[in-house]
Amino acid sequence: MSTSTKLDSKIPEGNLEQKWTKYRSTVPLVNPANKRSLEIIVVGSGLAGSAAAASLAEMGYKVKVFCFQDSPRRAHSIAAQGGINAAKNYQNDGDSIYRLFYDTIKGGDYRAREGNVHRLAEVSGNIIDQCVAQGVPFAREYGGLLSNRSFGGTQVQRTFYAAGQTGQQLLLGAYSGLERQVGMGAVQIYSRHEMLDIVNIDGKCRGIIARDLITGKLERHFGHAVLLCTGGYGNVFYLSTNAMGSNVTAAWKAHKKGAFFGNPCFTQIHPTCIPVSGDHQSKLTLMSESLRNDGRIWVPKRKEDAEAIRTGKLNPNDLKEEDRDYYLERRYPAFGNLVPRDVASRAAKERCDAGYGVNKTGEAVYLDFKFNMMRYGRIEATKKGLHNPTDAQILQMGKDVVAEKYGNLFDMYKQITGVDPYENPMMIYPAVHYTMGGLWVDYNLMTTVPGLYALGEANFSDHGANRLGASALMQGLADGYFVIPYTIGAYLNSEIRTQAIPTSHDAFEIAEKEAQSRIDKLITVNGSKSVDYFHKKLGLIMWNKCGMERTESGLKEAISEIRALREEFWKDVRVPGEANSMNPELEKAGRVADFLELGELMCIDALNRNESCGGHFRAEYQTEEGEALRDDENFAYVAAWENKGNHEWELHKEELKYENIKIAQRSYK
Amino acid sequence: MSGNMNITLKVWRQKNNNESGKFETYNVPNVSEDMSFLEMFDVLNERLIIEGKDPVAFDHDCREGICGMCSMFINGRPHGPLKGVTTCQLHMRSFKNNDTIVVEPWRAKAFPVIKDLMVNRSAFDRIIASGGYISVNTGNAQDANSLPISKVNADEAFAAAACIGCGACVAACKNASAMLFTSAKISQLALLPQGVPERQQRALNMVAQMDAEGFGSCTNTGACEAECPKGISLSNIARMNREFLGASLTA
Repeated sequence: MSTSTKLDSKIPEGNLEQKWTKYRSTVPLVNPANKRSLEIIVVGSGLAGSAAAASLAEMGYKVKVFCFQDSPRRAHSIAAQGGINAAKNYQNDGDSIYRLFYDTIKGGDYRAREGNVHRLAEVSGNIIDQCVAQGVPFAREYGGLLSNRSFGGTQVQRTFYAAGQTGQQLLLGAYSGLERQVGMGAVQIYSRHEMLDIVNIDGKCRGIIARDLITGKLERHFGHAVLLCTGGYGNVFYLSTNAMGSNVTAAWKAHKKGAFFGNPCFTQIHPTCIPVSGDHQSKLTLMSESLRNDGRIWVPKRKEDAEAIRTGKLNPNDLKEEDRDYYLERRYPAFGNLVPRDVASRAAKERCDAGYGVNKTGEAVYLDFKFNMMRYGRIEATKKGLHNPTDAQILQMGKDVVAEKYGNLFDMYKQITGVDPYENPMMIYPAVHYTMGGLWVDYNLMTTVPGLYALGEANFSDHGANRLGASALMQGLADGYFVIPYTIGAYLNSEIRTQAIPTSHDAFEIAEKEAQSRIDKLITVNGSKSVDYFHKKLGLIMWNKCGMERTESGLKEAISEIRALREEFWKDVRVPGEANSMNPELEKAGRVADFLELGELMCIDALNRNESCGGHFRAEYQTEEGEALRDDENFAYVAAWENKGNHEWELHKEELKYENIKIAQRSYK
Repeated sequence: MSGNMNITLKVWRQKNNNESGKFETYNVPNVSEDMSFLEMFDVLNERLIIEGKDPVAFDHDCREGICGMCSMFINGRPHGPLKGVTTCQLHMRSFKNNDTIVVEPWRAKAFPVIKDLMVNRSAFDRIIASGGYISVNTGNAQDANSLPISKVNADEAFAAAACIGCGACVAACKNASAMLFTSAKISQLALLPQGVPERQQRALNMVAQMDAEGFGSCTNTGACEAECPKGISLSNIARMNREFLGASLTA
């Protein structure tokens, strides 16, 4: 296999450990005076976007930030719960940059780039330093130092956290840095604005078309460079843990204007989410992976017990220990309940498909805290010098410990399900959570369109076929704080003579007209079905045929079903209201129209990848024990898809070379 | 899976900020108690769309109680009847069959209505931009553990930092005061050693911006604390007043 000539990853030469340090010291610089006349557009205000915008503005660039929410602080990074990884080795448990790098490559099932991942591990420590300096209130020990916990796919404690709302605290930290620049006039915020297209001039990205969501007016904005920090596309499945507004539109429009899409089929299905309760369901809620530190996952050993639980004849608390199947501990003794997400999700699906599910729909397993509540309770009793505590006392003290660690998550669970998780085991099931795929970028985070960058979840680069828990926050902030501020110099250094291009330029004119005509088209179809009708149908096709398990025949069916649904959408969708005012249905319609195109590409990519790796599980390719079976000879590459128009794509391959890690079958046994 | 609750909604409808609004009444049958409050609005909107009417516009995004985007003044209370719960996390099991529920937008001069139940809360962003930060550029930080912070202070700072910026405090206050919001940020940063160098200027600037935005003043009724979905404490306002007073005396 050789890498396509259209893809140059620009990974620096030299030793893995030296690549980033050397490159950072040699990448061209832009002098302060020139920075003041260079304009950068940042789309999206999550961790990657806010961090990048604040850092670039501090350096002197003129920055504009766009977000569709009413404030940059609402971006969905805010909902991340469990934590952020960093190779600090504060716990003295043998952690190191190499170990974080190794865990990430292995966790990604050997489908990520070595160079990028090592850089990520290198800057991980700086992120924690930066956040603490900004006043992010991480959890601390009594001695005043930072506290850590474990996440899946690792055997060290390297996860920093702020209760179950780490994403919130990190985003508010980045947001405060951003607002500081706003106060100083270095950044202009365009909230309630949605990007509808990029504008390319002479082969370079030079700006965007955005819609003011309040007035409905289309606007043209010039930039010497454009950064897409627009998150992932999990909402193609309709039900996911993403926010309602999370969408692929910005990335998709860029894709249609020349940016290749990398590994679109790599989707993360998170094992611990609150199960679906009915047709009205609009989104799914995650229960943080950190809960697997203290919760044990099980289903009954016997089908008749599962049946009795489903029909309400048996209370799970009454099922004897020996009648429970702690299937993760049984199958993966080395990592137990802390196997990576893809492994845990498939194992839950396997048990439920085999008839051991524990809720009405048969699609749920237990996450049980009783064992560790008792363990913590006994520790507390010892600390307090209680010599003969009753079981009830122990349990109560244990509950208090668990409440301090995960209180907000337990409250959320109770609020959504109406069941008290302190008294009964939680019921959980896998749900779509994150997309490892995204716009293809080189080492500089630049897409295949010069001047157009993708950061954070919007790019494909660091997590391979499966992302480890607490690594999304790390990557978003790494890209924004510590990568793009350096790598953008390599491009902007040659742009210092480019004057701001007036937005009356033909390219802006044409792009705006196209965006307007699409809006007009959506409004004038005036069919009989709502946007949500189509979105739900698409989601079901994707979940059933391009979800946790994929087959050749299923994917082929999905492709033709999506095509038919797309056709029906453009004939029969109803978008009420007007284009020139606040119109949330119109916003949704545009996003779903893009999902209807993306869904097809995801299935095409999944169909092309005749192997199983990480979150991509093709039923045809598995070991006898049901584990993912990779084909390194034929598929150790990044699939970068070029849009050829008319729903046709050309595949370009970037070969993945492992020079520092011995590639092996992933084992968590 | 639809349910068997029958709900009557009286919803504030307002086309935009230039036109006056009024209540409209809608009947929503077959509501399941497992639905969230916003999912009930989804069901209503779905019907309005098919009937050729304009769906109700409301703000929402994460639907897990953390982004702060959802609002809604429900039966006279921001985020509805439950303590510590945002509108998006409110479920219909908190209501009874045949209930009539009145839903309005946040009402405050500094939060103009955009459409129906949506309001403009950008005043909050401007308050943060006036001083709700620590002035540290990227790359300037020392090692994170070189600055031990007592767990008590760190926990207290975290409790203040848990504010989601939804504006319920303003909506709950008869004076539409933003003291709880502003004080939460001032407190968080004043409790941490990193925030100390700028504490005086921060307090002065943020309070000045808060006043400039047209928020009312505080008369200590405590409605903000009672209605805050994240349990932000009134003691933050006391701390802000101390910070402000201290800064004014030495300024």
